[in-house]
Amino acid sequence: MKRLRKRAQELLLTAPSFVWLSLFFLIPTALVFILAFRPADPFGGIGKGWTTATIKGLADPQYLAIALRTLWVSFLSTGICMLLAVPTGYAVARASERRRNMLLLLVIVPFWTSFLIRVFAWKSILHPEGFMKKGLVLLGLADPSSQLLYNLGAVIMVTVYTFLPFAILPIYAAAEKFDFRLIEAARDLGATSFEAFRKIFLPGIRQGLITAVLVVFIPALGSYIIPDIVGGPGSELLGNKIAQRVFVDRNLPLAGGLSIVLILAVLAPLLAVLALQGKGSRIAPKREETET
Amino acid sequence: MKRSRFPFIVTGFVLVFFYLPILFLVVDSFNASRFGGAWRGFSFKWYERLFHEPAIWEAAKNTLFIAVVVTFLSLVLGTVSALALHRFAKSRLQRFHYTLIYTPLVVPEILMGISLLMAFVAAGVRLGMATIILAHVTFCVSYVALVVLGRLQDFDFTIIEAARDLGATGWQAARRVLLPMLAPGLAAAGLIAFTLSVDDFVITFFVAGPGSTTLPIRVYSMIKHGATPMINALSTLLLALTFTTVIVSQRLSKSGAMEGGQ
Repeated sequence: MKRLRKRAQELLLTAPSFVWLSLFFLIPTALVFILAFRPADPFGGIGKGWTTATIKGLADPQYLAIALRTLWVSFLSTGICMLLAVPTGYAVARASERRRNMLLLLVIVPFWTSFLIRVFAWKSILHPEGFMKKGLVLLGLADPSSQLLYNLGAVIMVTVYTFLPFAILPIYAAAEKFDFRLIEAARDLGATSFEAFRKIFLPGIRQGLITAVLVVFIPALGSYIIPDIVGGPGSELLGNKIAQRVFVDRNLPLAGGLSIVLILAVLAPLLAVLALQGKGSRIAPKREETET
Repeated sequence: MKRSRFPFIVTGFVLVFFYLPILFLVVDSFNASRFGGAWRGFSFKWYERLFHEPAIWEAAKNTLFIAVVVTFLSLVLGTVSALALHRFAKSRLQRFHYTLIYTPLVVPEILMGISLLMAFVAAGVRLGMATIILAHVTFCVSYVALVVLGRLQDFDFTIIEAARDLGATGWQAARRVLLPMLAPGLAAAGLIAFTLSVDDFVITFFVAGPGSTTLPIRVYSMIKHGATPMINALSTLLLALTFTTVIVSQRLSKSGAMEGGQ
């Protein structure tokens, strides 16, 4: 009887969010897969019957090039973010308590600042009339006719700019729990500071590193505003193509087909991490326990 | 032993990188010149123009209305879900429930936008304020649930038992003991939901219809169609709002942590 009541209570507490997310998250995601096999109707809606033409149409080399470019931009942005985020996370974790709180606040503020505004800020800086361009020309580093905006370089830089706070926070969180005496011990035993960093510190904050890679790489794959605002015709990504199919020529099934490609691209790193963690926990079950 | 200075130099660089563009934007919003890059004297004229733009006010009104409704709904749904996740942590249903709560956080926004748009189109729902609210609640619930869950894990449930022993009904104990102690966590979660709703562009853009323009959609169309310095002014106001929100929420979570420790 008591068990039954407990069960009823659990269902009652679980139902609201469960039903909501099923209706507005699970079912819509499943719908993307289904509607990609429906024809588009001329009024921008979804037609009757079934077709595989959309999925076959994705083999177009144009889309392949864009998918590869999306992967390349995401890899590069993630790499640069990690190169900056690891030293920063380390420095914040090692700072004195007062300074640490200040530094954390400074990292969190951009984290919460409107995405759109942060992208726009770069557009005005990189603009031909903007500060960066004029400064570089003045220093003789750039040709007056060169273009800083509307290219892949601008897309990667702004991607790094917008996602870097997301990478710093999990690395900091892991570094804060790290026992820095281990590094001193390694140094005492003759390791160089770089060796100690690579062989002791990096494995010690593994969980933070994995989270940081995922929170940059996955949103970067779906990036759409950044190439839309600071990119040019040669730097369109998968997200732009999806948006164009929705807002320009209103072909929802094709947008669905492209989304399936994106979903598969997102799932790949997630599954890789799950597999990696499964392996890791078998090797070091103790560490996993203390971490969670 | 001498510590390497390198990480601190990188941190300094990162902070300059973070704040320099924002600083330029704020300074430019007071620049009388139409184009950035050249300073033509201090002026409030872009702010004045901004305040005389009815479309901005309309968008601000919509944004605020949506955010308030979304904050309320996602607080209710998220808190109830956190209670389930915490109390029945070991059950299989909750493991699935947790995955369901967690997954929306790792899905790129554009995928959530397109899938919701397809669902609304397939169901024949008219796009507008209602669809924006439904979409925002969907991504806010997860954040609220995880923040409140974090709070619950620090919470000492023997206090509830004590209240029950002293004759409180389950409902009384929840309302008069649990709720007040959860209040700082709820406030922090509410602020997160509110900020996410106010800031969201991608998902909103997909599910918005005529007459439901929000502030970010307005900003986007201003950026796309001839960037007037009015965006700088509007951005500066929004930045000021974010700064205040972050500082308030930091205060809240700090005072909450102290209460938890006592």
